[in-house]
Amino acid sequence: MSSTTETVDIKKTVKPVQATKDVVIYFAGDSGDGIQAIGGQFGHTCVRMGNDIVTFPDFPAEIRAPAGTQAGVSGYQLRFGSGEVLTPGDAYDALIALNPAALQARVKGLKTNGLLIINTDKFRETDLKKAQCKTNPLDDGSLDGYQIFRVDLTKLTRAAVFETPLPATLSTREGDRCQNFFALGMVCWLYQRSLEPTVQYIKSKFGKRAEIAEANQRALRAGWVYCENTETFASSYEIAPAKHAPGLYRHITGNQATALGLVAAGQKAELPVFLASYPITPASDILHQLSRYKNMNVTTVQAEDEIAAACMAIGASFAGALGCTSTSGPGLDLKQEALSLAISTELPLIVVDVQRGGPSTGLPTKTEQADLLAAIYGRHGECPAPIIAASSPSDCFFAVYEAARIAIKYRTPVIFLTDGYLANGAEPWLIPSSKTLAPIVHKQLVERNGVMPFDRDPDTMARQWVRIGTPGLEYRVGGLEKDQKTGNISYDPDNHEAMGYLRKAKIDRIEREIPPTVIDGPASGDLLLVGWGSTHGAIKSAMERQRQAGQKGISQIHLRFLNPLPPDLGDILKRFKHVLVPEMNMGQLSILIRAKYVLPAKPLNKVKGQPFTITEISNAIEAILGGK
Amino acid sequence: MSAVTTVPLSAVKLTNKDYESDQEVRWCPGCGDYAILRQTQKVLADLDIPREKHVFVSGIGCSSRFPYYMNTYGFHTIHGRAPAFATGIKCVQPDLTVWIATGDGDALSIGGNHLIHIIRRNVGVKILLFNNRIYGLTKGQYSPTSSFGKLTASTPMGSPDHPLNPLSLALGCEATFVARTLDRDLEHLGQTLHAAAKHKGTAFVEILQNCNVFNDGEWFEYTDKATKPLSTLRLEDGQPLVYGQNKERGIRLNRFTLEPVDMSKGEAKVEDLMKADSSDLNQALALSRISGKDGLPLPIGVLYKVERSCFEDDVVGQVRKAQAEKPSKNDIDSLLRAGETWTVS
Ligand SMILES: Cc1ncc(C[n+]2csc(CCOP(=O)(O)OP(=O)(O)O)c2C)c(N)n1
Ligand code: SF4
Ligand SMILES: [Mg+2]
Repeated sequence: MSSTTETVDIKKTVKPVQATKDVVIYFAGDSGDGIQAIGGQFGHTCVRMGNDIVTFPDFPAEIRAPAGTQAGVSGYQLRFGSGEVLTPGDAYDALIALNPAALQARVKGLKTNGLLIINTDKFRETDLKKAQCKTNPLDDGSLDGYQIFRVDLTKLTRAAVFETPLPATLSTREGDRCQNFFALGMVCWLYQRSLEPTVQYIKSKFGKRAEIAEANQRALRAGWVYCENTETFASSYEIAPAKHAPGLYRHITGNQATALGLVAAGQKAELPVFLASYPITPASDILHQLSRYKNMNVTTVQAEDEIAAACMAIGASFAGALGCTSTSGPGLDLKQEALSLAISTELPLIVVDVQRGGPSTGLPTKTEQADLLAAIYGRHGECPAPIIAASSPSDCFFAVYEAARIAIKYRTPVIFLTDGYLANGAEPWLIPSSKTLAPIVHKQLVERNGVMPFDRDPDTMARQWVRIGTPGLEYRVGGLEKDQKTGNISYDPDNHEAMGYLRKAKIDRIEREIPPTVIDGPASGDLLLVGWGSTHGAIKSAMERQRQAGQKGISQIHLRFLNPLPPDLGDILKRFKHVLVPEMNMGQLSILIRAKYVLPAKPLNKVKGQPFTITEISNAIEAILGGK
Repeated sequence: MSAVTTVPLSAVKLTNKDYESDQEVRWCPGCGDYAILRQTQKVLADLDIPREKHVFVSGIGCSSRFPYYMNTYGFHTIHGRAPAFATGIKCVQPDLTVWIATGDGDALSIGGNHLIHIIRRNVGVKILLFNNRIYGLTKGQYSPTSSFGKLTASTPMGSPDHPLNPLSLALGCEATFVARTLDRDLEHLGQTLHAAAKHKGTAFVEILQNCNVFNDGEWFEYTDKATKPLSTLRLEDGQPLVYGQNKERGIRLNRFTLEPVDMSKGEAKVEDLMKADSSDLNQALALSRISGKDGLPLPIGVLYKVERSCFEDDVVGQVRKAQAEKPSKNDIDSLLRAGETWTVS
């Protein structure tokens, strides 16, 4: 890998360096400790050094959860390696715990003999009490199975920050806030990571206050130098760059990719993009991101609620734009009536649902896949809509682009499902050329030429998309049942049934847009793993692990279209002795598969607000096929 | 999207007939909605706006059937949400003249949230609130404007709800145009709709409408020849606030209170009276508070009218500004490549 901008600043360590292939690291601290910042920055550095990564930020719903408590622990799991990395990893190789609560809450995840870096300055009586530690884990023997590094992080950071005068005075409190960068400096030494990307980040983030920028840089360097100089750290690790396909790369999260995909769709379709949204975790970043792309003919509105957001987007589609609205579960519930109007009036609309833990407010910052049936069946009446799901952060770009293409071509709302894990997770992305994106074909009716608003395209069954404001095409449309030919109000029973089947047939027909299902593994065999959404990496990793253990007859398919389902799915399912459907819900896709194909698909469910570990899926495979 | 909200002139003069759609009008015979429909068609024919530039958006209710009967673009949406649909339309095609037809239940109950926000944003739409103080379409339940104690299908012992005042609500939402008119005064209705059509920004018009099936006569006190001289106050900018058969009554400001006076009894002279001033928010607020049951006549006409920038102009303006400032980045490939990237060879 060669880097275009990077100048490597890190001094080469004089201590021994061991090569390793794959590392899982976990940063944990208080919500106010800046864990997300250093986790993100470390991931960014790994990406810039050519590794493949998967990240898993995990933070409390409260902005400032009670300090020092286990409820307030903010975590950032990150896996980087020189091979393909598909999941954030199961057990961690290293845990950085900035306080006892973080240690208590996360030490279970550390591998036996794993590296444990602990901030000993935070183990006073009061800290232990807040963390609900009955005894002090530093000396009760509970950490015996790990390689512990005790670091007086607070004292060391203070010493580094205030060593010489800063450009302007900084309070001790402000100085203490640099602890996270001291810790990051240590981790950078431990894995021989360049400090340069972080120095750049600090400069751009704190540029306006030179003393803070300087203090953080001092802490960062001091962390590195500390490890190099103290006896405690005998050797460090090195992870060679991954073999990435050649090309231009960037770092991307799911929400960023979703926003970019919508912009790309608008550009390709030569339509203005209109997004109306109401803030909700973990979807808000899509609104934030798109509001910065106005130069790409994107209009954003922060609506008064999710209902208004959906209605505004439909109004925009009625007026000829690509109407979009983004939300998470509770907002999806609110949008459903509006969606039914867009289905009834046959207008394009993209509804992005970044799923989170439910029901109700549930686990707002955690991940889940439990909105699938709500998306497919959650509206009154016979009200079909295509459902498309993304399988990785960068896949959000391609999947939402596909959602837009379908919405425009078939004049229908499309629900696009991602989840909290994809939304906040990041990975390196080989930037595609816009030329490789499928064309988005549509024709708005912009002149009177004998075609009527309810005339249909014989191929797609879509009705005309009339550009309102066009002379001679004035028409009225609404949610009352429409006459099949004229679109005028009709209460005729036969017409109503015909329209119901027509709306269904139009959506069913979308199955011809689905490419042949890719089977990872043999085309028939003992076990087929069927997944959708963010579980792709975990399922694939588990399958590979089991194959390596000698179980050869396992294959995986991963669905992008959940409605309609791929036309070849039934045949594929029948070619396997067992079908296992891992999902972060109580078995929603497996219900669909059992109902449609009448076969005993086995659900593997997890509803903890946490993604699957590889081991959980591996164990389920072994339970079916027998251990080896 | 078009950049400016200028309205093109129509080439041929249209008549009310041109604004009638081919759909059979299905309101109950005698419903006040007919008069509003006819008058709207007439006003549109008088405006210099091409037919295709009008869009009628509605929610659900008897009144919300309105778009089907207008030979313009029309969108009959879902209950209470017409303002949100209209906002989306205006952000994409700001040059369209968008009308909202809504009822007292549609606008003030289920749609209350959208109503307050479209008004404060000053989206360029004309809101016609058909206030019949009842739910017509669902057969006669009380609405947010029904009087306390009202006997309706759902309140056999009388409504326990205190009604709200649509005009005060609109003013409280930072409205830029607030008016009241009546279904049974065609001339006034026409004038008011015309004034609303000319307003740039949200024009909020409460139309007192008779539902002769479920709430017959609710407004007769203000529409009957015999009673209306004393029960209504016609607002005319610059003119003193007078009413009565011979304009012998008037309204005077006493500290912060509006006080009715009888000039024929020598209680005041015309010079002592308040003069209507639709640019005066305090006056509009005070007039809006008159309920018609408190010894003061119910104000009819334009209570308030000021200019403020429109939401859609500001929204579209930001897009135009961004496009002008960053034209070079205006393609998808540069967007995807913006920020930090690296090459793997
Ligand atoms: C979501 C939803 N809830 C309830 C209804 C039933 N509904 C239709 S119209 C209406 C009230 C209409 O009253 P108003 O807005 O005053 O209109 P009017 O019929 O009096 O003109 C109700 C409750 C509906 N269509 N949709
Ligand atoms: S119910 Fe009332 S408001 Fe509805 S159409 Fe009949 S008279 Fe008019
Ligand atoms: Mg009503």
